[in-house]
Amino acid sequence: MPRILAKETLAPDVVRFWIDAPAIARKRRPGQFVIIRTDETGERIPLTIADADPAHGAISLIVQAVGKSTHKLNRLEPGDTILDVAGPLGQPTRIEPGMRVCCIGGGIGTAVVYPIAKGVRAAGGSVAGIIGARTRDLIILEREMSAVADPCLVTTDDGSYGRKGLVTEALRMLLGEGYGFDEVVAVGPLPMMQAVCSVTRPLGLKTIVSLNPIMVDGTGMCGGCRVTIGGEQKFVCVDGPEFDGHQVDFAEVAARLRAYREDEAAAMDRYRAEIASA
Amino acid sequence: MAKKITQKVKTPMPLVDPDVRRHSFGEVATGYSVELARQEASRCIECKNMPCVAGCPVEIDIPTFVRQVASGDFDGAFQTLSAKNLLPAVCGRVCPQEDQCEKLCTLGVRFEPVAIGRLERFVADYASACHLPVTCLSPTSHVTGTGRKVAIVGSGPAGLTAAADLAKLGHSVTIFEALHKPGGVLMYGIPEFRLPKTIVESEIDKLTGLGVDIKTNHVIGRMFTIDELFNELGFDALFIGTGAGLPHFPSIPGVNLIGVYSANEYLTRSNLMKAYRFPEHDTPIVRGKNVAVIGGGNTAMDSVRTALRLGAEHAYLIYRRSRDEMPARAEEVEHAEEEGVEIVLLAAPTELLGNEKSRVRAMRCVRMALGEPDASGRRSPVPIAGSEFELEVDTVVFAVGQGANPLIRSTTPDLPVTKWGYIVADPATGATQKPGVFAGGDIVTGGATVISAMGAGRRAARAIDAYLHRLPARGHVAADVFIST
Ligand SMILES: Cc1cc2nc3c(=O)[nH]c(=O)nc-3n(C[C@H](O)[C@H](O)[C@H](O)COP(=O)(O)OP(=O)(O)OC[C@H]3O[C@@H](n4cnc5c(N)ncnc54)[C@H](O)[C@@H]3O)c2cc1C
Ligand code: SF4
Ligand code: FES
Repeated sequence: MPRILAKETLAPDVVRFWIDAPAIARKRRPGQFVIIRTDETGERIPLTIADADPAHGAISLIVQAVGKSTHKLNRLEPGDTILDVAGPLGQPTRIEPGMRVCCIGGGIGTAVVYPIAKGVRAAGGSVAGIIGARTRDLIILEREMSAVADPCLVTTDDGSYGRKGLVTEALRMLLGEGYGFDEVVAVGPLPMMQAVCSVTRPLGLKTIVSLNPIMVDGTGMCGGCRVTIGGEQKFVCVDGPEFDGHQVDFAEVAARLRAYREDEAAAMDRYRAEIASA
Repeated sequence: MAKKITQKVKTPMPLVDPDVRRHSFGEVATGYSVELARQEASRCIECKNMPCVAGCPVEIDIPTFVRQVASGDFDGAFQTLSAKNLLPAVCGRVCPQEDQCEKLCTLGVRFEPVAIGRLERFVADYASACHLPVTCLSPTSHVTGTGRKVAIVGSGPAGLTAAADLAKLGHSVTIFEALHKPGGVLMYGIPEFRLPKTIVESEIDKLTGLGVDIKTNHVIGRMFTIDELFNELGFDALFIGTGAGLPHFPSIPGVNLIGVYSANEYLTRSNLMKAYRFPEHDTPIVRGKNVAVIGGGNTAMDSVRTALRLGAEHAYLIYRRSRDEMPARAEEVEHAEEEGVEIVLLAAPTELLGNEKSRVRAMRCVRMALGEPDASGRRSPVPIAGSEFELEVDTVVFAVGQGANPLIRSTTPDLPVTKWGYIVADPATGATQKPGVFAGGDIVTGGATVISAMGAGRRAARAIDAYLHRLPARGHVAADVFIST
């Protein structure tokens, strides 16, 4: 069973784990994810592989506690094991040698964009980074992103850190300053990815987004992760998770993410009560 | 014929009352008692030509085990069964005996055939209740380790059977399974009320007893490719039994609304993830009041009966042909109807309608008439113009067939597949056109049966064993053998 090697809090409710998973560490490429299950009664949840250290056989996962499953996971400590870790899953990011990419991460989405930025750099490309969040506390991986991106801009909605405003404003600024990109990669909340797409669409600037629908198996067997891309049905776990943002039916992705909202809230309340009484 | 026939019909299988079982995931058929089993077994007239044996894809010595049951030698009966069948408790429950052994039974010409399936189940359950050891499963004493390594991809009935047979022949066997539990469809597809999961688990435990290493959470094609299994992990041969798990959705508007599932997802949530026990188990499922399941096979029956158990007030089964063409087992259709499933024949959905929250609220259907027979020999349904009707539903489950999963195909370019993506393999040996790679089960035939997958696993095991013996001794021409492209 994969053991947790290290744990670190990056922001309120956001934790980075290093997990002992040598085969996955060796094999994974930027853009791929794992499916994990914490215990016998747990759900299978997909998490992006934020980084890997093949020499030490470890992968890192960055987890924001949003529901019961992620809360349970984030309570684990170094030395604890995770019942099931399956991966690497999904298609790796398409990285061409020497490409110029603007990598935009919103909130926890930075954990997804960072390995891509690192991969682009490793392939001899150049990266401009934009990371944004609602407020200062929620900015993650600034140091890591700065190491691979130049420039690396930070935005906060409330202006508590970096530039005040949205990531799209920073993107417009870079484009205005004459930065040329072969591609934009944007990962974050759906409205943010949609907003980036509406900036790049009129410019014909290719924009890749990473989708995180509800999944079960992650192997293409259930179809629960289906999305519509340019009018065609795709399964995110095998065809994605990255797609041409200009082709994504965002409204449908958003609606499907709400499928179990009430159930999730009820499970969370129950879990809180359990913890409180324990 | 030596014996006088006193009982013309099968000894009935004890069933839980429909009103009770429609609310419960407990097993529907409770199984024969010792008395009922002996009574049924003694119906066998021990005919000379034993046609039943030919009807069994794994060649169980049916007359012998039936005779052993009749005489009360249940241990002996169990050994006879186990000599040929790794999963008797499973097969006795889910095999379509009416199309196989029982179809050919001599008794069946004039009366009802011997209930071979129910007897098989009885013997397997008896053995497990008494913890009878499976003597035939221990590797025969003269077999020593051959030093050959075989990888099995997928732990459905095909992979499990191939693994057991190869382990018995002294090869070192590793199963790679993508999910967190082995068993394939037996675990994630077929519901608890038809095939209790503890039974599947205890049948699989026999494999571990044989020394088979089962690695769950190993998605082949992603974690290791087929070539890496040979070249990096040093396997000498490989069996692919990855099943037909790629769900199809019809091209009609609304299939992505909330509350619309593939049968695979609906059943996986309920069976593998135990969503019927939400919130003790974390995986949720939409518990619809009005559920429509589209399809006419076993998968559709399992889904619609699951819907009832999840609390549906109306569980509709919508099938586009007539009852005669339904591929599901007659017994399952009967059980479903007893439980209150409403079967709507000769109808098909044309559109799903959603509410403001993108949840499905209704299904528009059209009535069908049967036209000319199609390629499969079944009369093909033709929509009747102007016959549209609407059904109020809050959950829709599509059980309209499945295709081949692309994970292995897309990472193994030199493995020939059909135009539907199924692996091309010799039906007699499972050999593919890639040296050392064998395949069988649903990934070769498309969705079929548990027992046919087991038969394919068995034939492939035989061929793999022969292949391994033909391989030059290790260390000599290794490069030739291991780099198979
Ligand atoms: C709901 C339902 C009900 C059914 N009812 C009956 C019945 O009553 N009677 C009957 O005879 N048949 C029934 N069938 C059909 C029967 O279950 C199948 O024909 C049979 O299970 C096929 O066996 P298999 O070994 O080929 O594959 P499967 O049982 O599909 O197993 C394949 C396994 O391979 C794994 N896998 C897939 N890809 C990979 C990969 N890349 N790496 C690693 N592992 C992988 C899968 O996770 C799975 O565990 C039913 C099927 C369904 C879906
Ligand atoms: S065909 Fe029927 S009667 Fe004949 S041996 Fe088989 S089970 Fe007995
Ligand atoms: S999660 Fe099941 S098909 Fe993608």
